[in-house]
Amino acid sequence: MSYELNGSTFEHDEEGYITDMSIWSKELADLIANEEEIAMTDEHWEVVNFLRNYYDEYQVAPAIRVLVKAIKKSFGPEKGNNKYLYELFPYGPAKQACKIAGLPKPTGCV
Amino acid sequence: MARGPDIDVPTLREFRDIPAIQEGAMAHLSPFVAKPEHQEPLGFPGELVDNWQEKAIDKMGDLLGKYRALPVFLDSCVKCGACTDKCHYFLGTQDPKNMPVARQDLFRQVYRRYFTWAGKIFPWLVGAKDLTKEVLDDWYKYFHQCSECRRCSVFCPYGIDTAEITMAARDIMDHIGVGQKYSNEIIGKVHTIGNNLGLPTPALINTLEGLEEDIEEETGIAVRLPLDEQGADVLLVTPSADFFAEPHVDGLIGYAKVFHQAGIRWTVSSHASEAANFGIFIGSYEQMHKVSNRIRTAALELGVKRVVFGECGHAWRVAYSFLNSLAGPWDFLDPKYPTPQHICEVTYDLIQQGALNLDPTANDDKVLTFHDSCNVARGSRMGNIPGGQFDIPRAVLKASANHFVDMDPETICEKTFCCGGGGGLLTDDLLELRVKGALPRMEALKEVVETHGVTHMAAICAICKSQFSKVMPFYGLPMDMIVSVHQIVSNAIQLGTKE
Repeated sequence: MSYELNGSTFEHDEEGYITDMSIWSKELADLIANEEEIAMTDEHWEVVNFLRNYYDEYQVAPAIRVLVKAIKKSFGPEKGNNKYLYELFPYGPAKQACKIAGLPKPTGCV
Repeated sequence: MARGPDIDVPTLREFRDIPAIQEGAMAHLSPFVAKPEHQEPLGFPGELVDNWQEKAIDKMGDLLGKYRALPVFLDSCVKCGACTDKCHYFLGTQDPKNMPVARQDLFRQVYRRYFTWAGKIFPWLVGAKDLTKEVLDDWYKYFHQCSECRRCSVFCPYGIDTAEITMAARDIMDHIGVGQKYSNEIIGKVHTIGNNLGLPTPALINTLEGLEEDIEEETGIAVRLPLDEQGADVLLVTPSADFFAEPHVDGLIGYAKVFHQAGIRWTVSSHASEAANFGIFIGSYEQMHKVSNRIRTAALELGVKRVVFGECGHAWRVAYSFLNSLAGPWDFLDPKYPTPQHICEVTYDLIQQGALNLDPTANDDKVLTFHDSCNVARGSRMGNIPGGQFDIPRAVLKASANHFVDMDPETICEKTFCCGGGGGLLTDDLLELRVKGALPRMEALKEVVETHGVTHMAAICAICKSQFSKVMPFYGLPMDMIVSVHQIVSNAIQLGTKE
C-alpha cells in the first residue's frame, strides 16, 4: 500500500495515512487530497498547516474546538465553525485533514 | 481512495416488523487486523501462530475453567428464538449470523466438538464443528459485529449473555495472534501515553487552559479545569474524547461548572487521563486490571478523597461493577461518598441539596430526549434505588430543561438499543455496520422528532456521542443533534449566583 509520486513510492496504511511522517511534502499532500477528491484551496492549506504546527508542538492533532478557534482567527466568524470545516473536509476535519497533513489518524472514542 | 463508502442505508420500517433474513449479507465485513506492533505490547503474539488451532482450544479450555458462566451459557441455550430479533445489528443488516443465538453458535459448535462427549463422538448429530480456518474467519467477522450491548440477554429466558461469549472469542483470537487493530492499538496508547487518543500532558494542559479562557470569555466567570492538582478532593476520570471531540467537550465544561458552583476542589490526572477501559471489549481481564490500576495510582498520588467518572458508558460499567476487584480496596477514600461515583450522581445530589442554580429556560430552544447507553443501562446502576441509572440522568436533564420526552418504551431503559458503535466497533473500517446497526435507534428518534418535535438527543457515553454524530447524517438528521447531558446542565447553570 503506497502512494506513487515522481517515481518514488510512499508507504501508507490501510486507510491511506502515511506510515512515516518524515516523508511528507506539499506535493504528497496534494496527491493524497486528490485521492480524497479534495481540491486544495488556501483555506484547506491553512487548516493543514495549522494541524502540522500544532502537531510539532504537542505530538497530537488539535481538538476540533481548537481548530475552529484558529480558523475563526484567520478567516472570521462566518468560517470559524464546525460546519465550515466539514465543508472543507467532508469526511471529518480531524481525520481527513490529518491524512492530508501526513499526521497519524486520531483514534479513540472519536 | 474514496472519501466515504457508499453505504446502503436501511429504510426505516413503518411497523418495526422483523426483517427477512439475507444469508451472508455482512460476510464481506471484518475490521483491520492488528499488526505485531499493536499485539506484542499487550503480550499477544504478533501474528497467527503456527499451531493456532491447538492454542485456541487450550485457551478455550482455560476460559471455560476460569469463567463459570461461560460453560453455563454454552450448555443452556434451548434455541427458543427469543433473542433472534433483539439485536440492532441483525435488524439493520438482516444477516442471520447477527442473530444472537447464531453468533453464540459460532462459538458453541467448537465448544461442543472439543469439550462435550457427544460432540467428540457424533459431531454431526449435535452441531459440533472442527475449528477450521473458515470457522476462525467467521469468528473474526461476526464477533466484531457484536457491540457487547447485552440487549439480547434481557430477553433470553436463561439469561445467556452473548457479550460474554463475544469477549471470550476475542480473547482467544488475541491469544493466537488475530487481534483487532482499533481496540489493541488504543489500549497500547493508554499504556504508553495515558489515554485512548494519545494526548500527551502538554496537549492536555493546552486544552484545559483553552477551555478556561472560553468559559471566562462566555460567562465572565473564571472557572478552573485543574490538572494534577495535589490535595484536590475529587479525581475526575473522564474519557479523553471529552478533551477532544464535539459534543463531548461541552459536557466537560458542564462538569467544571458544576464543581465550581458547588465549591468542590477537583482535578484531572495526566496519569489516568482516560476513563475508557477497552480491556473489557477484548475480554482481557489482565488488560482491564492494568488499565484500572492507573486510576488507583493517580488517586493515591494526588491524595484525593473521591473518584468521580465522567460521561462514558463502558467505563461506568467497569467502574461500578468491577473497580473494587480490579483495583481496590479503596479504603483510603472518604467513606461518606460511594466509590466510584458518576458525574450524574454528583450533579443530581447537588440539585437535591439546592447547591446548584439551574435555569431550565436556558434550554427552551430545545426539545430533548435521552438515549440510554447500553453499558450504563444493563451493566450498572446509579444512586441507591433500582433503576437509578435511568432516573438520575433524566432528572438532571429535566432540572436543566423544560422540554423532555422519552422515546418508545421498547427502546429505552433496560431495553435500550445500542448506538451501533459500542464494544470496540467505533472505527471507520466498520462504518457500514455502524450505519446499519443504528437503524432501531434512528427509527425511535425519528418518531419523537415527528410526533413531539424533538430537536436534541442527550447521551452519557463518549462512544454514543461520536457514533451518532457520524451516522445521523446518513439518516437525514443533523450531526449536532446529539448532545452531552452536562452540556445541557452547562447551558442552564447560572454562574456567579450561588458560589
